[in-house]
Amino acid sequence: MSESAEIKVGMSTTATRSEKDLIARVLAGETELFHELIRPYERLVYVTIYAILKNETEAEDAAQEVMISAFRNLKSFRGEAKFSTWLVTIAMNEARKRLRKAKVAAEDSLDEPGAEGEGDFTPAVLTDWREIPQAALERKELRAKLQEAVALLPEKYREVFVLRDIEELNQEETAAALGINVTLVKVRLHRARMMLQKILAPYLKSQAPLPVPGKPARGGFFRRWFQ
Amino acid sequence: MNLECKHVWEHISGYLDKQLDAELLAAIEKHLESCEVCSAILDSTRNILVLTADDRTYELPVGYSDRLHARLEEVMRATR
Repeated sequence: MSESAEIKVGMSTTATRSEKDLIARVLAGETELFHELIRPYERLVYVTIYAILKNETEAEDAAQEVMISAFRNLKSFRGEAKFSTWLVTIAMNEARKRLRKAKVAAEDSLDEPGAEGEGDFTPAVLTDWREIPQAALERKELRAKLQEAVALLPEKYREVFVLRDIEELNQEETAAALGINVTLVKVRLHRARMMLQKILAPYLKSQAPLPVPGKPARGGFFRRWFQ
Repeated sequence: MNLECKHVWEHISGYLDKQLDAELLAAIEKHLESCEVCSAILDSTRNILVLTADDRTYELPVGYSDRLHARLEEVMRATR
């Protein structure tokens, strides 16, 4: 194990321990500590809901409801799952409930592929991909385009994508939060990623910086060079 | 094992998550060495994942945290 990995594991153990301690103290009556308990997860809860509901005001209201619900039901948290996964489960349920209410789900079913399997899928076929650097995210237009593409995914694919690739939960945590099995997580994630590639790659390719003459523009260059 | 492009596409997600068995992985690597299209699809997918996972893509509304804790405080006060 590398040194950095050891440090990471050590930190996560400490974090878990103090989190358990915080939960116990909140339940014992030190309710003020709930503020501290949820602070690391404010973003997780908001972004999860926002990516599903696609509405800032609604997502903020829902995120508040989720945290209030977590506070009121903290005693039912058994510690079998991670606290973050428990919060995400509540957040996902709240988002689904609101989505059903708004009947937005109906429009999702229009382009929903019938089969759950990986099936035939054609990505956006292109060559000579030039990487978009993360610094380009300073541009509002690019951020909006990425959000828009995620919002276009049918709900069941969007849920998995948000938890796995935006919130970076692992497969088991994602499966637990959504109440599905790990195989289905993998299948849906694959489809979600391929749909996004199809939606976004042509746009991003048109936005990519031009390569500097004589300089490799991307990692794939070396594969071609040595072929 | 010789793979066609469409078979490689089925495993892009597994490839990115390093979940492929050794034999399939070797076959895909071999295919990628000579296929510009599959290389570009793989690179573009990886790039899209890096961009969507960046914290800047989804920003929190200004004042979100303050409003959240203020609302929680109201609830806590009511239950004391």
